[in-house]
Amino acid sequence: MGDYDIPAHFLLSHIIHNKIIKPKPITARTIEIGAKYSPEFVCTPFKYTLGTLIEGLEQGAKILIQAGGGCRYGYYAELQEQIIQDLGYDCKVYNLVTAGKTDIKRIYHIIKEIDPKASILKALYYGRITKKMVQYMDFIDHYMRENIGFEIEKDSFLNLKEEMLLEFSKVKSCYQLKKVYLKYKKKFERIPIKKPERPLKIGIIGELYTIMEPYSNYELERTLASMNFEIKRFTNVTYLLFEKHKKTKQYLKDASDYITYKMGADAIDNIARAKELCLQGYDGIIHIKSSFCTPEISAMPIISKVCNDYNVPLLFFSFDTGTSEVGIKTRLEAFYDMLEMRR
Amino acid sequence: MKKGYLGIDIGSISTKGVILDEQNKIINSLYIWTEGNPIKAVKTLLHQMKNSMSSDIEIYGIGTTGSARKLIGLMVDANVVKNEITAHAIGTTHFYPDVRTILEIGGQDSKMIVLKDGLIEDYAMNTLCAAGTGSFLSSQAKRLGVEIEDFGTLALKSKNPVKIAARCTVFAESDLIHKAQVGYKKEDIIAGLCKSVVLNYLNNVGKGKKIMSPIVFQGGVSKNKGVEKYFKEVLNEDIIVDTNSHLMGAIGIAILSHKYEDGKKRTLDVADIAFETQGRECEKCSNHCEILRIYKDSKFIESWGSKCGKVS
Repeated sequence: MGDYDIPAHFLLSHIIHNKIIKPKPITARTIEIGAKYSPEFVCTPFKYTLGTLIEGLEQGAKILIQAGGGCRYGYYAELQEQIIQDLGYDCKVYNLVTAGKTDIKRIYHIIKEIDPKASILKALYYGRITKKMVQYMDFIDHYMRENIGFEIEKDSFLNLKEEMLLEFSKVKSCYQLKKVYLKYKKKFERIPIKKPERPLKIGIIGELYTIMEPYSNYELERTLASMNFEIKRFTNVTYLLFEKHKKTKQYLKDASDYITYKMGADAIDNIARAKELCLQGYDGIIHIKSSFCTPEISAMPIISKVCNDYNVPLLFFSFDTGTSEVGIKTRLEAFYDMLEMRR
Repeated sequence: MKKGYLGIDIGSISTKGVILDEQNKIINSLYIWTEGNPIKAVKTLLHQMKNSMSSDIEIYGIGTTGSARKLIGLMVDANVVKNEITAHAIGTTHFYPDVRTILEIGGQDSKMIVLKDGLIEDYAMNTLCAAGTGSFLSSQAKRLGVEIEDFGTLALKSKNPVKIAARCTVFAESDLIHKAQVGYKKEDIIAGLCKSVVLNYLNNVGKGKKIMSPIVFQGGVSKNKGVEKYFKEVLNEDIIVDTNSHLMGAIGIAILSHKYEDGKKRTLDVADIAFETQGRECEKCSNHCEILRIYKDSKFIESWGSKCGKVS
């Protein structure tokens, strides 16, 4: 998912001694096999992750790790294990999360089962580094989204990020990691950009997988950057793992004129964020999700109402395995024209 | 010598061309079928327009819109290439500056544009499904053995339009066959179809949109009197259908090409240009991108479709 395979690989490679197979980047083939073995009406991330798992098995993986969340994501691990076993692969699937809950003891047992020689101290030590790494990555991403649309030299941001991630994957301590991060932060700030005083600002909200995996949203952020938008997005791994549980109450309060109860997954988060973006004077909001994502489907009419009340344009996209790219382009271009005219 | 500006709207079903003068008045216009070959259609279009145009007009701007806008833009060396939503809005506000809602139904897509003070406020476009668009109506006309041009007038004759499931073309078609077999009159079925197009449009494209008058109805389907009648009936508002309602996209893009004029004179003699495309599947990774290479006079000019950007 996005670039997060780098910290995931970093963490596992330091804890367990087993050989870790790096997943191939998602391609048309990944989603093709994923869709072939998935139920037709399951949400699209299920198909993507199943495709990735099968590609891993083809490369010789024997152990698969899956997690879960507060929506249908909670059933992914069991269902995918069943599908993979029916296909005749000899492997073990470990599920880190059940019904949206997990604890340190359970993860300890899983690590010990995968590799009895794994050191738990090492796991805690590298766990801390990985957490920091993810946070730094997300900080940099945040800065990139605001500025990448205005870079003077093409791909200067992406190339520098690739360089940074390579150095990240080699660090041995939090101190080293911080040094690398600060070095690159300066470098990022020094990349020449040509930003107008009041650029068009757009917020992206929606379902987490589609937001974070560029292949599944047809490179939406890159397209928006090429149209010279300043982009804001809330969902990232830092948010999901370390901030979400603290924010729920605040979000419910912030958007109390629209919602009273939790609606599963990130539905209330996105409603509150839509309101926040409206209040902060964003020019437009794009809501994206995979097809059949139930929590977001229930959030959509409420988000519509929020944007209506604040008179902020809103564009919905629902991505499936066979969405036409031309159609997306036409709608985005029209959205850009509209926002520019409203200015 | 007078300056002229050409707008071409290349849709899935029809190709429209309009030439405007410097006051944005229509000098010349043409409407032909695309027939699945936009390059050939545009060549025919420009050839015919050139022949019927007085020789003292020189073209100083070309704009393209519609689903083949990018390809044709390259072919005719356009100075403006824009999406059809913006083009339609610009074209319509030129004639009706105070329009609030544009209903547009074309060959494969349908859209609704909400405007305020001449600016786009909101828009919607049909997703996945082509239910309730021109191509659906023309295929049903064929099934019923009626010329699509007579479709609207026949619908007006009906006093009791039959109810036809409007949600989906496949259901609509089986419903229609059923109604025909049971013995309903042809004009009642046709009227029912026109009404189902209106209901489908309002339920899908118009969902959650504020429809305020003045309302302008355009696109190829706006030529269908039956659909127009049921829009009036269902919305209970007056609907404006311009005599050029099928050309609005082309007019809009011609206005834009005038606005962004770059001083370069352009030619309509594209009939002799060898403009070819070559499609192939890239085998370098498992993405299998469909790469389209474009040649002008056997010289490679551009390629599209590569996801990684390394292949052309």
